[in-house]
Amino acid sequence: MSGSAPQEVAAPVAVRPERPQSRVRIGIPSVIRHVLLLVASALALYPIWFMVTTAFKTRTDYLDNPYSFPWPLSVDNFSQATSGGDFATWFKNSVILTLGSVVLATVFGALAAFAVARMRWIGRNVFLSINVALMVVPPVVMLIPLFILFTDLHLVSTYQGVVLIYAGLTLPFSVYLLTNFFRSIPHELIESALVDGSGNLGVLVRIILPLSVPALVTLVVVNALWVWNELLIALVFLPEDKLKTLMVGVTVFQNRYTLDVPVTMAGMLLASLPMILLYLFGQRFFIRGLTAGAVKG
Amino acid sequence: MLKTRPWVPYLYIAPAVALLVLVFAYPVAKVIDFSTRLIRGSSGPYVGKLNYQLVLEDPTFRAAAKHSALLLLAVPILLLISVVVSVLLYERMRGWKVYRSVLFMPYILAVPIVGIVASYIFSLNGVLNSILRAVGLDDLALNWLGSERLALWTVMAVIVWREVGFGIILFLARLLSMSEEPLEAARIDGAGWWARLRYVIIPELRGTIEFYVVVAAITMVAWVFAYVYTLTSGGPGTSTMIMELYIYNQGLVNSLPGMASAAAVLLLGATTILIAIRFWVSSRTRDEEVLA
Repeated sequence: MSGSAPQEVAAPVAVRPERPQSRVRIGIPSVIRHVLLLVASALALYPIWFMVTTAFKTRTDYLDNPYSFPWPLSVDNFSQATSGGDFATWFKNSVILTLGSVVLATVFGALAAFAVARMRWIGRNVFLSINVALMVVPPVVMLIPLFILFTDLHLVSTYQGVVLIYAGLTLPFSVYLLTNFFRSIPHELIESALVDGSGNLGVLVRIILPLSVPALVTLVVVNALWVWNELLIALVFLPEDKLKTLMVGVTVFQNRYTLDVPVTMAGMLLASLPMILLYLFGQRFFIRGLTAGAVKG
Repeated sequence: MLKTRPWVPYLYIAPAVALLVLVFAYPVAKVIDFSTRLIRGSSGPYVGKLNYQLVLEDPTFRAAAKHSALLLLAVPILLLISVVVSVLLYERMRGWKVYRSVLFMPYILAVPIVGIVASYIFSLNGVLNSILRAVGLDDLALNWLGSERLALWTVMAVIVWREVGFGIILFLARLLSMSEEPLEAARIDGAGWWARLRYVIIPELRGTIEFYVVVAAITMVAWVFAYVYTLTSGGPGTSTMIMELYIYNQGLVNSLPGMASAAAVLLLGATTILIAIRFWVSSRTRDEEVLA
């Protein structure tokens, strides 16, 4: 497949095909290995188990015994959680912000990466280095000036304002990842398009982007996960109830039901469900996407 | 390279540059300016170093800086667990994919949700203490989040719990793309498992280790707001106050944007040092193809 060579450059760690089953062993005794892995797995799963089981308990059951298995299963918490929290609205807001900022970052990132990877111009390397450096600047540094600026521009409490911030914060990684990928596409493919009379934008749209689907999927997963989980910006820039995101919503929910742990856990479970389902169905995209973020910078 | 008119490439980067100026360049320039002013509304009179003096004398800031630095102690812990677990999965024995899915699961949960769930697990009468009491370890049933002595370490444990999933898949991905030959040679030479680990595997991972240490350090110093906000809000007292929360509180809760900006500039300075280390590491290791 023509996409295999570019993949190695964009995400050398994750996407290079795994070797077939290993014949050479390190030789750590199997018992030690399984004991350690089982302990680690139990520790990784227990809080999730706690969240799920508690969500199905009555409040009395929970106070009685917080670690017992919930039996009989009680689903009342979920109806109480959905009526007490505005999950539908929060969910809708998170989806809008995630879609908007991921689309914006991908489009702007692809245009810029195309210029960096495929054109010759002064400032190219500086531009790429700046993007690499910006990948690690903490958002909290920009928080106060952005808030004052956005207040003046009437962008606080708007989707557009927060979409711009999220797209901007995820843009450096997008430029970096796509540049690496675009650089690896064989030049002959591009030349054939030029012979056919395509302009620059035609090369990008008709040749480069279709060949870059693996990198684009990776990018969308990483950026969407980041935006979906973001708390600080959402907290500050979307204070109105009807604009709260799911992550801000869960903190509101925590304060509202402090004493009713099962209802809180039902709310947390509902809020986690979209990502857990996506993970179960598209695990390889998550794992590939997140290790792709780790290519050397 | 495509042949273009000289100004064409700049058209392609223009949207990205505009967005980066709006979200990074302008605010960073402004935060430096703000840190030297007494801000009311959107600007104010120049006050020189006053904000920095106020911040450095503020016991809450000192607590925040100290705790953010202490959180760096999680980096070696994250590294150790990630390397050990990925090495354990290296041979891809039966069920390795199940282990991988399970161990990566915490990383899929959103940080605020992790924080909230953990706040109930670690509360005084939470499930952890109930279990400890049930098995007769009453002395170990401590006030994990409510005591000034323990709260920061509990927060750190929660951060490690979630963040280590990323380290594990990162090191595992590196190991699985590694050539088998050195390991085979070591086996033929009669090296035991410890020698193979020490002299073959660890050196192979060196570049990934250097990279991960820097990324994890930046995470601990500058990306843990959501954990602290949901777990403790900085308390009890200031025992879990960290830099990000301090900036947020001063700027948006206490309406002291000048002091918040001074603290933000100091945080930016700290991350710049870490970024510089990262560049240095990657330029030093570039020729060795450590991650590729």
